[in-house]
Amino acid sequence: MTVGSPLNVFGILFSVITVSALLIWVERRLIGIWQDRLGPNRLGPLGLMQVAADMIKIFFKEDWTPPFADRPVFFIAPAIIMIATLTGFVVIPFAPGIGVVDFNFGLLYFLALSSLSVYSVVLAGYVSNNKYALLGSLRAAAQTISYEVFMGLSVMGVVMLAGSFNLREIVEAQRDVWFCLPQIAGLVTFTIAAIAEMHRAPFDLPEGEQELVAGFHMEYSGMKFGMFFVGEYLSVTLNAAMMVTLFFGGWLGPAFLPPLLWFMLKTSLVIIFFILVRSALPRPRYDQLMSFGWKVMLPVTLLNLLVTGAAVLSTQH
Amino acid sequence: MAQTTALWPLIIYFAAVLVVVGVMLGLPNLLGQRSRGKATVEPFESGIVPVGDTKIRFSVQFYLIAIFFVIFDLEAVYLFAWAVAFRESGWAGFIEIVVFIFVLIAALAYLWLIGALDWRTRRQRRVESKINN
Repeated sequence: MTVGSPLNVFGILFSVITVSALLIWVERRLIGIWQDRLGPNRLGPLGLMQVAADMIKIFFKEDWTPPFADRPVFFIAPAIIMIATLTGFVVIPFAPGIGVVDFNFGLLYFLALSSLSVYSVVLAGYVSNNKYALLGSLRAAAQTISYEVFMGLSVMGVVMLAGSFNLREIVEAQRDVWFCLPQIAGLVTFTIAAIAEMHRAPFDLPEGEQELVAGFHMEYSGMKFGMFFVGEYLSVTLNAAMMVTLFFGGWLGPAFLPPLLWFMLKTSLVIIFFILVRSALPRPRYDQLMSFGWKVMLPVTLLNLLVTGAAVLSTQH
Repeated sequence: MAQTTALWPLIIYFAAVLVVVGVMLGLPNLLGQRSRGKATVEPFESGIVPVGDTKIRFSVQFYLIAIFFVIFDLEAVYLFAWAVAFRESGWAGFIEIVVFIFVLIAALAYLWLIGALDWRTRRQRRVESKINN
């Protein structure tokens, strides 16, 4: 198997879409268990067919474009989030020989695409011509760009240790010790930044139900709403895969399991962690969210860079 | 460093993504039903009849954050460049980046002191200072 073979290209696209669709069921089921109820358990074994049923249902829903919205942009907004998150997966090193492309600037590519998805939210809220949607998209814009600043900085510690932006080289550099130990500050800040970028609870203020009803995707329904929904799970998968690559040794692991299985196992655990965070933590107030990002996380990431630099340089000489 | 793999898998992948997204956007148009009710053409604002449209002015705080983002993200890019090359640049480069980061932190402290990072409303500030004192 070589990186970028047709089997790889279509296999990866198919599996990330399947996994993200399945996550809808996984999340509902797990939150159900943590809240002492059952969750969807009627259709098929363990309720697994819920995903298929939802998909059939949502395809047959009315494709409604409100006459008061800006029609072309209203169509483009959900497409942007799907395209940005799906193409983010091309740089993920799933296992040796499994991946779409191998870029020297893989990490920068991921950061660029993850900031691209904010356009989807901003445009969706802005063209909907609905006050709740507008407020949601403004919040999303301010929140995403605030957390964007230190998201990039938080992974620079990893880049310094590995000496490369290439994700495969970053994984290889973790043969001795996974970067989650020397870069614990980077891991914590990256996790928080990732949750804020995905607008997931506890940082889901752009769609805070109690305040904004549904926030930026208020006027969306049917499959276009479904695309925002799947887009969110796609970015959960993408960010989890990225965390595994950067901090948890990617495909590395004891030899009794193949590398790809290690990668999938670790990614699933990180995804389950994201779901646990959602069901365990309350939502902060908006001003608390903003000042937390700027006043706590940004200085912490900057200091982390300095400490990492000093530590590496002093052991080198 | 040279490009390690060919670009065509990325192009094929992107084309496949476009097809998937196109199907998701196009298919419901053929399959879905259509219905028109009395309030279908009204924006949904929790049952309240909408007043005016959304071409309104909003808080200047949002613009401030956008400006801060441009400034700090630009400076972060310099740090990206240092992060890959810091082994070569050694302690001299490290001292320079210490100065650079402290200038950044000083700018952040200044913004903090003039209250640009404070999102509370005047009323929230008053209430919270009463609780704290």
